[in-house]
Amino acid sequence: MLGLNKKDFSLLIVVAALAFFAPIILNIFPKDSALSFFNGGYPDLMQRFAIFGIFAIGFNILFGLTGYLSFGHAAFLGVGSYAAVWMFKLLSYNVVPAIILSVIVAALFSVVIGYVSLRRSGIYFSILTLAFAEMSYRLAYSVLTPLTNGETGLQVYTNDPQILKGDGPSVPHLFGLEMRARTELDIGPWEFTFPVGYYLCAVILVISFYIAIRIFRSPFGLTLRAIKSNQNRLRYTGMNPKPYMLTAFVISGMYAGLAGGLLAAMDPLAGAERMQWTASGEVVIMTILGGAGTLIGPILGAGTIKYLENVFSKMNEGLLHQWFSFLPDFMEDGVIWVVSKFTGEGWHLMLGALFMIVIIFLPGGLIEGGQRLMNAIGMGKKKDEQSNSAKSEPAE
Amino acid sequence: MGILEVKDVNKRFGGLKALSDVNLSVQENTVHAIIGPNGAGKSTLLNCLVGKLIPDTGSVMFDGKSVLGRKPFEINQMGISRVFQTPEIFGNLTVMENMMIPLLAKRDGAYRLHAIESIDHEKDLVETAEQMLKDVNMIDKRNMHSASMSRGDKRRLEMAMCLVQNPKLLLLDEPTAGMARADTNNTIDLLKEIKATRDITIAIIEHDMHVVFSLADRITVLAQGTPLVEDLPENIKGHPKVQEAYLGEAH
Repeated sequence: MLGLNKKDFSLLIVVAALAFFAPIILNIFPKDSALSFFNGGYPDLMQRFAIFGIFAIGFNILFGLTGYLSFGHAAFLGVGSYAAVWMFKLLSYNVVPAIILSVIVAALFSVVIGYVSLRRSGIYFSILTLAFAEMSYRLAYSVLTPLTNGETGLQVYTNDPQILKGDGPSVPHLFGLEMRARTELDIGPWEFTFPVGYYLCAVILVISFYIAIRIFRSPFGLTLRAIKSNQNRLRYTGMNPKPYMLTAFVISGMYAGLAGGLLAAMDPLAGAERMQWTASGEVVIMTILGGAGTLIGPILGAGTIKYLENVFSKMNEGLLHQWFSFLPDFMEDGVIWVVSKFTGEGWHLMLGALFMIVIIFLPGGLIEGGQRLMNAIGMGKKKDEQSNSAKSEPAE
Repeated sequence: MGILEVKDVNKRFGGLKALSDVNLSVQENTVHAIIGPNGAGKSTLLNCLVGKLIPDTGSVMFDGKSVLGRKPFEINQMGISRVFQTPEIFGNLTVMENMMIPLLAKRDGAYRLHAIESIDHEKDLVETAEQMLKDVNMIDKRNMHSASMSRGDKRRLEMAMCLVQNPKLLLLDEPTAGMARADTNNTIDLLKEIKATRDITIAIIEHDMHVVFSLADRITVLAQGTPLVEDLPENIKGHPKVQEAYLGEAH
């Protein structure tokens, strides 16, 4: 089906179904119950799931297949956002030209950065990409302020040309369909929100995932895995690894640009902080956490991190007091003192701990965890082709 | 004119003269062995043939074209495949996937973007690869992870990966180094079979005299960066210069 084998096709269906029903799955707890705190089904968060899913899928094409660890992919995300906002400023709030331009601009950037960075491999490659991303970040704050609007961030003003706007909407839209429009559905105590913006992201996520599967199963994907395995053999087998690497780099840069464009399409703002090295690090963590080199791992990783970020950063001290009020006072204070270090502002500590646990005990990421779980309860089949070919390796 | 012509090749590493005035002519469809004691310059010479090193002076012509200054992948595309001293394969990939890479390189050249087509649809290549695996008795291992195979099997796979490209010249760098006797004999049989069934030129660098004398049509003896003699195997065996070189009486 669609040029995929049965297994890949069912994987695609699973992802499509998850994406389509996310507003329901994520709001599984009734609105007024105590557990509604753990609901994730609101537009802003779901959009981030999909967008960072796209970002991680693209990153995985480079890192998962070739083993080249880029530490500067946020630069392409940022560039994509800027490009999209410029389209809003110059043309109109229609997201289609914005998204297309963000992909093109990110592609151009990644050709240049990739060409230079790929002259080295291993840690030197990582450092070069990191340096380029930091450079872009600093430039966006300083010399390039006319293009990026510096610290204020790039946004659309009423006196911008917007030559194609006419009497179209004054918020991002898809041929008139506003991104922030939504349908609410109340069933008994449950409340579900179906935002237009999210569904645009979800459709693009599924398409991106489909393209990624095709790449994984293509001769090109095989060559990339051969590069990871043994570049020396590849050279003496008559292939030139360089252009293959550059192609992979540019494709993953385009995915990042697409994600950046979508971020701007959901909220027409672009700031330099999107290019900071922490943002580059985040996608690395997402990919490894989910399972680098696997098809679905990066999406899982992106979803997990964005969800945990949301839940843990929401836990403030007041809420903790409420939860631990059953403890005697002296214990309550102690517990809250500890827990509060891992929540709210300190949620990165939680992320760090989680990341370490996964790296140490599940080097293959959440996917490996899932497989082990399946084996443990006897549902898992023997290692088959998929888990062999998409076998994940510990981070290099 | 041989298919491979090495003329007056010199190579220095700092003060060390690794190769001096090496001349070598490998005739088409023969097995040509290059032997010599440690440090004779065998590996340096091989590296000059495959583009890893560039000689300081002299020329290396393959099939009428110079290989000097070309990258390893370009030289492979000209029709030279090489087998390494320790088997170099794609350890992450299955045996079948290992076979697909050389076939893709042969068909598509050094770079061609096939990002969307499925590898499973390359029926012709799969068939060729399967045939080759049958020829080397590895078809039952086609879905095995190549890293988990024995050294002998890795060598066999590497050989198959080279042969499936139908190279004009196959370069073997000590193909039996570190192998058990049984594996060595298997490799000899495999090479004999290759020699008998294909139009292929083989240049082999080897320590093991047993291997050399059971395969070679011609032998060049290299010592201290210079070819001492080139002759038929039967004449090499008792040659005084060769014995000298191997027993170190030249010093």
